[in-house]
Amino acid sequence: MNMPNQPDSLILRVTGHFLLPLLIMFSLFLLLRGHNEPGGGFIGGLVASAAIALHLFFTDVQSARRLIWLDPRDLLGWGLTIAIASGVIAMFSGLPFLSALWTELSVPMFGMLKIGTPLMFDIGVYLVVIGTVLNILLSLAEAEDA
Amino acid sequence: MNSAVALQTTLPILIPLISGALSLVLWRSRQLQRGISVLGTGALMIASVWLLLSVYADGIQVMYAGNWPAPFGIVLVADLLSSIMVLLTGITGLATAVYSLATISKTHEHYGYYPLMHLLLAGVNGAFLTGDIFNLYVWFEVMLVASFALLILGGERAQMEGAIKYVTLNLVSSAIFLSAIGLLYGLTGTLNMADLAVKLADHQDNPMVQVIAMLFLMAFGIKAGAFPLFFWLPASYHTPRVAVSSLFAGLLTKVGVYALFRVFTLIFPLGDSLTRDLLLGMAGATMLVGVLGAAAQFEFRRILSFHIISQIGYMLMGLALYTPLAIIGGVFYIIHHIIVKSNLFLISGLVYRLQGSYDLKQLGGVWRSHPMIGVLFLIPALSLAGLPPLSGFFGKFIVIKAGVEAQQWWLVGVALLVGLLTLYSMTKIWAEVFWKALPEGAAAPAQQRGGTSLMVITIVALSTMTVLIGVAAEPVYRLAEHTASQLLDSQAYIQSVMGVN
Amino acid sequence: MSTLLATAVGVLYATAIYLILRRSIVKLVIGLVLLSNAANLLIFTSSGLTRYAPPLIPEGADMVLNGVVADPLAQALILTAIVIGFGVLAFAVVLIHRAYEVVKADDMDQMKDTDT
Repeated sequence: MNMPNQPDSLILRVTGHFLLPLLIMFSLFLLLRGHNEPGGGFIGGLVASAAIALHLFFTDVQSARRLIWLDPRDLLGWGLTIAIASGVIAMFSGLPFLSALWTELSVPMFGMLKIGTPLMFDIGVYLVVIGTVLNILLSLAEAEDA
Repeated sequence: MNSAVALQTTLPILIPLISGALSLVLWRSRQLQRGISVLGTGALMIASVWLLLSVYADGIQVMYAGNWPAPFGIVLVADLLSSIMVLLTGITGLATAVYSLATISKTHEHYGYYPLMHLLLAGVNGAFLTGDIFNLYVWFEVMLVASFALLILGGERAQMEGAIKYVTLNLVSSAIFLSAIGLLYGLTGTLNMADLAVKLADHQDNPMVQVIAMLFLMAFGIKAGAFPLFFWLPASYHTPRVAVSSLFAGLLTKVGVYALFRVFTLIFPLGDSLTRDLLLGMAGATMLVGVLGAAAQFEFRRILSFHIISQIGYMLMGLALYTPLAIIGGVFYIIHHIIVKSNLFLISGLVYRLQGSYDLKQLGGVWRSHPMIGVLFLIPALSLAGLPPLSGFFGKFIVIKAGVEAQQWWLVGVALLVGLLTLYSMTKIWAEVFWKALPEGAAAPAQQRGGTSLMVITIVALSTMTVLIGVAAEPVYRLAEHTASQLLDSQAYIQSVMGVN
Repeated sequence: MSTLLATAVGVLYATAIYLILRRSIVKLVIGLVLLSNAANLLIFTSSGLTRYAPPLIPEGADMVLNGVVADPLAQALILTAIVIGFGVLAFAVVLIHRAYEVVKADDMDQMKDTDT
């Protein structure tokens, strides 16, 4: 919301550029460690949306839209699809909806990595949260600009 | 647990969720969204028929989400009442989806009409199927968020005004519901409805139980639109698109009624309690106030909105009398009401398409120009008023007979009077919209794309169903009888939830 | 401690209801925010306030928790309710913004068209 009558803040702009990648990385960190430690898809998604909201403070809506390069509605749709799919996977093995399935993958350099449907669910939630918050935020910001 | 059971209890929630997610992913293509909406609701209806048939044959079906045993995980429980409600959701959903093809504008479709509709259906079915009180709250909220957004699609002034009242009162209701859950959890340490029923039996003398029951009555009373908590309903239901109104009218208040039936048969069995007396009074007042409100209105959909309230009164009367016959009547009434009420709203939309107004004073002469629509209106209208041999007659007859048996004379009197006043109200619509000549200077119909054939098809289908429920009242009565005996025998419910795993 | 929290819950409810009854729609929404927080705090208080250990199993330990631990379910309920409340209230804010644009007044008395 770069309003013409509002002075542009240099400090906000410079720190914002540094903070944005850090916040996004932190949100991914929260998302991935969420299963066993405090964190998870919802918190991660909120941090990521807060990062983009911060970006919105010192640029305008168009540049924020370019930053996420996907329409918030796409994020919402794909997030929901991923979250539902994580629950449906179990049904193919004859287990009830949302049963957790885990598998171990060996990743070079890191050793064994345990991944499963709860992580997939969290990723879906992460995307849904970003999609929802940005949808609301951008539509409010656009209404303000108009 | 066998996987067919798991599948059939999950599908009524899963299908609308998947259709919603798909139509969100495909939000750029209108055609695909429209296709998904009809296919999705069609599949939902088939899945709900499957569920009802197997519940009827094999008794209560239980699904343990995530394979966690009860009472620790969330369970989905399909008993007869749940599966009947799910089937009615499927019917209303399909009817609305087909009707929407002809009436929903491009802008609405662009702003996510279809995903929201699916989300609403998922929320409604989730609320019907869940066996966990907190999960019920979550589904209520899913349903509410979707309904909020559907209500303001279009952004007209009346919609905003209606939505503020709707949103406020429903959020207040949710907060009361949540507080009640918190107190209940503090008291019993469980959230599973079957487990709650067991645990609360030890707390009979605790005055806190009465307080919690009252909070539930308040919360669900607001959702159901019962007296004196209904004011949000006539302020908002006539403002959105007619397909949305119809979906709301058929389903949303009935979720509140369903919750009342569930909570006051399973968790707090009514018996001879203060709650029962209060509910009896509420039922009478709801019937009377609703119908009197309708008598004062001259807007097609507002009249219908007030009639929703008065009809809710009959369902509450069935619950409050709390005899087997009365519960049968209540269930029968719900079945009849959902179909008739959605249909009447759809007809008001058809009249709007033809003459461009909802105001009775601006309308007229439809009988002369379209006699078929007149007949199509008369079927649900007379059924609503309770004329034999249509479905409403049997609903009212059973409830009132139960009232006579319970010797609640004043309530029986009110119910009969309200039936008469409903007939007056329907005659008013008939005389103004269909019989009198079109007034001079009436509004011109808005230019809209598409024909009316899809609208007429849905209305014909729903009217046929009304006639069928009336003509074949016997099997529907048997179904309601089974449902009522299941509701009154909470031990069976508790055993099927707690006993299997 | 629970007396203090119970009082806080009561004050929150009272404030929320007072704000909801005001004519201003902005205050109405603030009232709704407070109301949902009051309900959350009520769950927290009524599910028992005792200093227990967090219900976490340390890495490498047995799968059984030792000693008394806090009830994680109440916290899960509150977290869920906060998430839902967040979504619903974000919607309510957008709604009053739009309503303000259409009606051009922060006053419930100007919004009576659909009541009569």
